[in-house]
Amino acid sequence: MQCPSIIWLLLSSLMGACIVTMTSALALDESAERRLTHLVRQDCGSCHGMTLKGGLGGPLLPKDLKEFESESIASIILDGVPGKPMPPWQGQLSKEEALWIADKLKKGFPQ
Amino acid sequence: MKRREFLKASALGTAAAALVSPAAACPGELRGTGDLAVIIERASGSVMIVDTTAHETLHRVEGFGDLSHASAVYSRDERYAYIFGRDGGLTKLDILEGVITKRILQAGNAIGGAISDDGKLVAVSNYKPGGVRVFDANTLEPVADIPATFENDKRSKTVGLVDAPGRRFIFTLYDAGEIWIADFSSGSKPQLTRFMDIGDLPYDALITGDGRHYIAGLFGEDGLTHIDLWADEPAPRRILSGYGRGEKKLPVYKMPHLEGWAEGGGHFLLPAVGRHELLVMDAGTFKEAGRIAVHGQPVFAVARPDGRQAWVNFAHPLNDTIQVVDIPSLKIIHEFKPGPAALHMEFSPRGHEVWLSVRDSNEVHVYDTSSFRKLAVLKAQSPSGIFMTARAHRIGL
Ligand code: HEC
Repeated sequence: MQCPSIIWLLLSSLMGACIVTMTSALALDESAERRLTHLVRQDCGSCHGMTLKGGLGGPLLPKDLKEFESESIASIILDGVPGKPMPPWQGQLSKEEALWIADKLKKGFPQ
Repeated sequence: MKRREFLKASALGTAAAALVSPAAACPGELRGTGDLAVIIERASGSVMIVDTTAHETLHRVEGFGDLSHASAVYSRDERYAYIFGRDGGLTKLDILEGVITKRILQAGNAIGGAISDDGKLVAVSNYKPGGVRVFDANTLEPVADIPATFENDKRSKTVGLVDAPGRRFIFTLYDAGEIWIADFSSGSKPQLTRFMDIGDLPYDALITGDGRHYIAGLFGEDGLTHIDLWADEPAPRRILSGYGRGEKKLPVYKMPHLEGWAEGGGHFLLPAVGRHELLVMDAGTFKEAGRIAVHGQPVFAVARPDGRQAWVNFAHPLNDTIQVVDIPSLKIIHEFKPGPAALHMEFSPRGHEVWLSVRDSNEVHVYDTSSFRKLAVLKAQSPSGIFMTARAHRIGL
């Protein structure tokens, strides 16, 4: 997967190395995991609550996501919900990162 | 009594009081609360009480539950802060003693609150169950429950809850697209006024400092809804409709906030949803009067209390930057990077300083607003909202 240079420029400080996007879905390196955990708690948390029990966006706890496959959660994350405040994270998150988040959300997201 | 005798007597009186009441002298002397503030520490569920004159932390108080998106209002005597947590917690904090005096869990999921003009009622806006609950400010005993019902039995999340003159609360129904006024002027049973069809997905609202205009931002449309509360028959009308018509909206990573909306020099400055712009609105006609290109999607645009400057911060991933707009010329006169996630600002009541939470560096910064010099840095854990006691005496805060 390629990182478009403009996005790379925008995000390099925040997102760390581009390498991350090339590693496999469920085994990101430790610093990428830490960064994503922080992003979910803080930035998803601004709409879904830091404890993911819901806010303007609904709760994202395992029991709330039981009926969703990881793949479909990942595509909601990447594409957003048109017409609703859920933004598309494409350009901010790679497919692998979105899948990692989806998988962790279904299992119970780390602190 | 002659002046000299009076001085002597009062000196003696103070000494005697100190002797009989060691508690009053420990940990501090008698003091006012007019220069105190609370700072929310969102990750640890704690609150710092700070002295904004000395730039010092006085207390850290724990046990507030989930404080993501938390806010605070003050009692009229500026002694108590009411802290509204995400988890439905409503906590009354004695900021002089640094102790929680009462805490209740009033709902499952909440988004801020307000205190009535007479200081007697505290209202909380709830996502789950959708609606507003009102409590006695003294005891936190329930006074009224206002479920935000629409289309028979659906419940809407409520946003944009503010106090309005005449013992009223005003709030907006996110899912239903309605604005309600709850009038408590005749006691503890509110008289409700409902405005329907106010627009698609209202996400926040504000009331102007004079208590006259209630304005709700819409996520589902380019535009806002305005109600003139001084009108004989208040009615919602659309303003700034289609401010971004034909342009593609950027994804919105953090909903803008309307509270603290910048008002100055006959203009309102407000964050445009999904654009790297501030909208300038004429405060008399409510018509667009221009736009200011800014660094990112604005989250807060807060006016210094004199209305001369507005300080603006931005959504992820550009939230390390602050820009300062000179309101008379509508020009950006200063830009700096305080650090990662600079998300909340609060001006001192007369605007000589601004306090700024830099969440991801675990710091609160204090800046001089004329020289822009950094005056102090306080350590804090994931700091977010900063609330100074002067809010006790302002409408809608
Ligand atoms: C600006 C607010 C906002 C942010 C930030 C946000 N979301 Fe959402 N999200 C929403 C809203 C609102 C919905 C519900 C959309 C609807 O009404 O169908 C939603 C829905 C979802 C859903 C679908 C499940 C459901 O219950 O509808 C998932 C999964 C989700 N979000 C994950 C995330 C993740 C992961 C992040 C961070 C990478 C994130 N969201 C950030 C507002 C947000």
